[in-house]
Amino acid sequence: MAKVPVQFRLNGSDRAAFADPADNLLTVLRRGLNDFGPKYGCGQGTCGTCSVLIDGELRLACLTLAASCEGASIETVSGMADGPSLHPLQNAFMEHFAAQCGFCTPGMLTAAKALLDRNPNPGREDVIDAIAGNICRCTGYEPIIQAILAAARTLPAQRRS
Amino acid sequence: MEFRKDLFQNERDDNLNVVGKGVQRQDMPGHVTGRSPFFDDHAFEGLLHLKVVRSPHHHARIRRIDISAAERAPGVKRILRGADVPVNKNTLLSLINFGKDDEPSLAVDKVRYKGEPIVAIIAESEAQALAARALVRVEYEPLPAVFDVEEALKPGAPVVNDTYPGNCFEYHEKYDHQKLRFGDVERGFAMADHIVEDRYQMSPIEHAPTETNGSIAAPEQNDRFVVHSCAQGLFFSLGTAAKIVNLDSNRLHFIGGTVGGGFGGKVDSLTEPLAVLGAMMTGRPVRYVLDREEEMLHGGPRGAERIYIKDGIARDGRILARHIRSYFDAGAYTRLSSYAAIKCTAHLPGPYTIPNVTSDIYVAYTNRCPSTAMRGFGITAVDFALEVHMDKGAEACGLDPVEFRILNAYRDGDMKAHRRVAKNTALIECVQVAAEKARWPLSEEAQRQSSLTGGGGARAEIPATPIDENGRINRPETRGGRPTQTLPAGTMRVPMTKQPIMEGSTENRPSAPSVPQYEPYRPATAAPPPPPPPVPASRSAAPPPPAAPPVPPPAGPAPASQHGAHRFSSVFGTRRR
Amino acid sequence: MARFRGRGMASVNYPIGMNLGGDPSQALIHSNPDGKFTVALSAIDLGQGMKQVTRQVAAETLGVPVEDVYVDTADSDTGPHDMGSFASRGTHRMGNAVIAAAREARGVLLEAAAEELEVNAADLVTDGKGNIHVKGAPSRAITVRATAQAAQFKQGKTIAGRGIFLIPLSSVDPETGEMNPNTAFAHACLVADVEVDDETGEVAVLGMSSAYELGRVINPKMVEQQLVGGAWMGISHALYETPEPYYPNPDHGPRDFNEYLMPGPGDIAPYSITILERPAPDGPFGGKGPGEMCANPVLPAIANAVYNAIGVRVNDLPITPEKILRGLRANGGVKPQPRRGGAL
Repeated sequence: MAKVPVQFRLNGSDRAAFADPADNLLTVLRRGLNDFGPKYGCGQGTCGTCSVLIDGELRLACLTLAASCEGASIETVSGMADGPSLHPLQNAFMEHFAAQCGFCTPGMLTAAKALLDRNPNPGREDVIDAIAGNICRCTGYEPIIQAILAAARTLPAQRRS
Repeated sequence: MEFRKDLFQNERDDNLNVVGKGVQRQDMPGHVTGRSPFFDDHAFEGLLHLKVVRSPHHHARIRRIDISAAERAPGVKRILRGADVPVNKNTLLSLINFGKDDEPSLAVDKVRYKGEPIVAIIAESEAQALAARALVRVEYEPLPAVFDVEEALKPGAPVVNDTYPGNCFEYHEKYDHQKLRFGDVERGFAMADHIVEDRYQMSPIEHAPTETNGSIAAPEQNDRFVVHSCAQGLFFSLGTAAKIVNLDSNRLHFIGGTVGGGFGGKVDSLTEPLAVLGAMMTGRPVRYVLDREEEMLHGGPRGAERIYIKDGIARDGRILARHIRSYFDAGAYTRLSSYAAIKCTAHLPGPYTIPNVTSDIYVAYTNRCPSTAMRGFGITAVDFALEVHMDKGAEACGLDPVEFRILNAYRDGDMKAHRRVAKNTALIECVQVAAEKARWPLSEEAQRQSSLTGGGGARAEIPATPIDENGRINRPETRGGRPTQTLPAGTMRVPMTKQPIMEGSTENRPSAPSVPQYEPYRPATAAPPPPPPPVPASRSAAPPPPAAPPVPPPAGPAPASQHGAHRFSSVFGTRRR
Repeated sequence: MARFRGRGMASVNYPIGMNLGGDPSQALIHSNPDGKFTVALSAIDLGQGMKQVTRQVAAETLGVPVEDVYVDTADSDTGPHDMGSFASRGTHRMGNAVIAAAREARGVLLEAAAEELEVNAADLVTDGKGNIHVKGAPSRAITVRATAQAAQFKQGKTIAGRGIFLIPLSSVDPETGEMNPNTAFAHACLVADVEVDDETGEVAVLGMSSAYELGRVINPKMVEQQLVGGAWMGISHALYETPEPYYPNPDHGPRDFNEYLMPGPGDIAPYSITILERPAPDGPFGGKGPGEMCANPVLPAIANAVYNAIGVRVNDLPITPEKILRGLRANGGVKPQPRRGGAL
């Protein structure tokens, strides 16, 4: 099958790759562009480990055709930190020991960022809804919920400054 | 989370520098930035992808395999069959010389479970490998299958695993189960006021790590192969792969250690051997990753266990006798189930001091995906059964379940059923603290109990024990026999000492503070145990206990005839290849 | 049609490490010329925290700050042999191997410092902050950094250590099951509160409370991670999970996360944990290892709580709504058992 070119912004930088028309975004990010932040967990949109933001919207990279991302702006966990400064969510995940094996963490952080981007003052139920599509087999979720709530509490102050 | 620092305080030096502190994990920055290097997070030029053809039958003879169409499919670089695997029969615990090789990497003449790998396709892309997989033609002759552990052990059941034609793992080259015999349970049942019996079934469980099993193997400089692995035991996997592909261990360079959840499901080296073989055959990097459905159906679950418990309980609540019969469902091949049954035996009768305990633990083969280790292996299921049974026992004798547990709890100095003295126990304290937290009313007497006192003495005695030769291998008619002899009270037949060896510091150098102190186990009874009875002739496979129990020497060098894998001396079985 | 509350408990112990020995772990430690240490292992971190446990154990034994130690694992070219991360063996076996290696490295470190300070190495202590000084005389001191530099560039000493911890192989008596299994056991007791809906058969876990005795806690935050995550897995095992819902019938198995049920973030229950520490005589600083046992008491505690709530014994896991409803039908309805204790 002839490969097709696809160009998009990835974590703020212009990127291009050649992809099979049937390739999903996850494969192109990982194997085409060496962004190993998003993970393969199920390939069918049920585990959330491949979560990315496409033009600010939470998307599952394993269910997104790469070719459909032409011209889009894609954010992954790899671009979440601002240079050497971690995002408040990343700091909160560290402080709350909200990762064990770390495999679901990129997707969790991405889902949490999507939540805080649209709702900087979420309640516990909002957080649960936001990560309901992300499976974690290690933590029992509670530390992740606590971390996201804690990050939300630090966010408005940061935005004001 | 809170601490009860007041308990066992005089057994601890809490004046430590960093041990005991909740400092940040070394790996956390990598986890939150997506930089932690999992096995699949490595880029290779020319990466090939491996997918396997799996059996659609639970049990079938393979009549013919036709790969001609698949070989011609676009992107296909190489197709592997059983004959291409240098050592196409292995059992995981051969690395510690336990059990017989019984499992092929790629099935040859038969498939013994639905999902068993038969052919491996290596292609330029995953999609091409999957497309070619659909072109492999396998002709099967379906065979009768057995799925129930007790059915599998009956005469005439379909033979699942030809290496073990009785459908059960063979212990000590003698029995179709592992025995535990401590005291006289029949006498205990006769003395009991209440008999409580029931049957429990632990379901199979999928490990479901968010990262599926997989590996990438690639030719490396110096004529070696680098393997990025998710194995839970790096050298375990290296040794297994080295044996199967018949390479010296130093030609494999395994890198791992950052694993996306395992829970026991990444001990089996499901992908490493074929990935390495693929890299050897193609001269290119080969990636073999299970998809989620493969992980779920064919990744090897926590095995089901069926457990029967019979308790004899005195009117006052003391458990006088406990008998357990249990069946581990190994699936079609042994993997690690043989070991779990031993671990389970040592665990019985749970954290309680019961004067008469017996158990018969079977590992049965059925036509399902081989089960394997999972968090709490050998213990989780039997703990479920034991603790539900404890609730029933408490009810039978009219005791509160918490009181019932404290009454029967083991304590320092008590003899356990495997004939070793309990020490460092703390069950009573845990029960007391949990009850207090739940405001569960406890009698004053129960509140006064302690793991430190009340044990030993008569509770340290090894009782006279009837033993039997029931359940000879492949002779199911011997399962219901009578005891053959009674071992006198105090009999011990296995050398006591199992002193850990810890080496590193030299004599003339100061040692760090707070390093562990070791001492060998000693019997709690004042009088030395009577000499062991004559060893029956049929026990010739097991070494007789030496007069003075020395620390066993470390394993010697591997015999030249063995493959590159590390070999250790025999655990408790012998290995035939 | 109503909801019924019940409480159940369970108490368990757990063996630490491969129970019949043949169970070695090795560790290597070396220092950079500026006194920063690398621990090389082939142990596996699958989330349980092996890297950090061994890092803290190494720092404690060496007597240096934890940030001066990094653990490099697992590379078979640099990390020496280890059996692996299973059977709750990591903290205990590898922790002890790291202690052995760190003791040796510490010995050279103190020898080098003694040579610089012109004192007897046996008189030296570390302060855990990067300094070595004469016992009782903090002013007669040298930094670990200066010591390492002197060792490397002046004295020609390798500040390094190698360690092994081996529980030797042991046999099992075929007739009696007599054996030398593990030397260290951890303990736990857990109380669970549930609510059972007699119309749908659904069981909700309302809360749990436990006491765990784990020997020395090496890192309380990581112990909490294991116990909280493990309790979630226990609920999942008790009420949700199985790839063969009608075992031993192999059909109707789930193939993916749509069909394989586990509790989500909205299904979790409040959980209160209390830790007891009775150090293991042969554990690293008395440590045992909580990683495997943390689901075990949850399964029977929930089963017992279900019985307490509605009088139905479910002896086959998982406790599905179907089994609850069949049990209620067989019993002729709900038979609540006596209430026990107060709020968790």
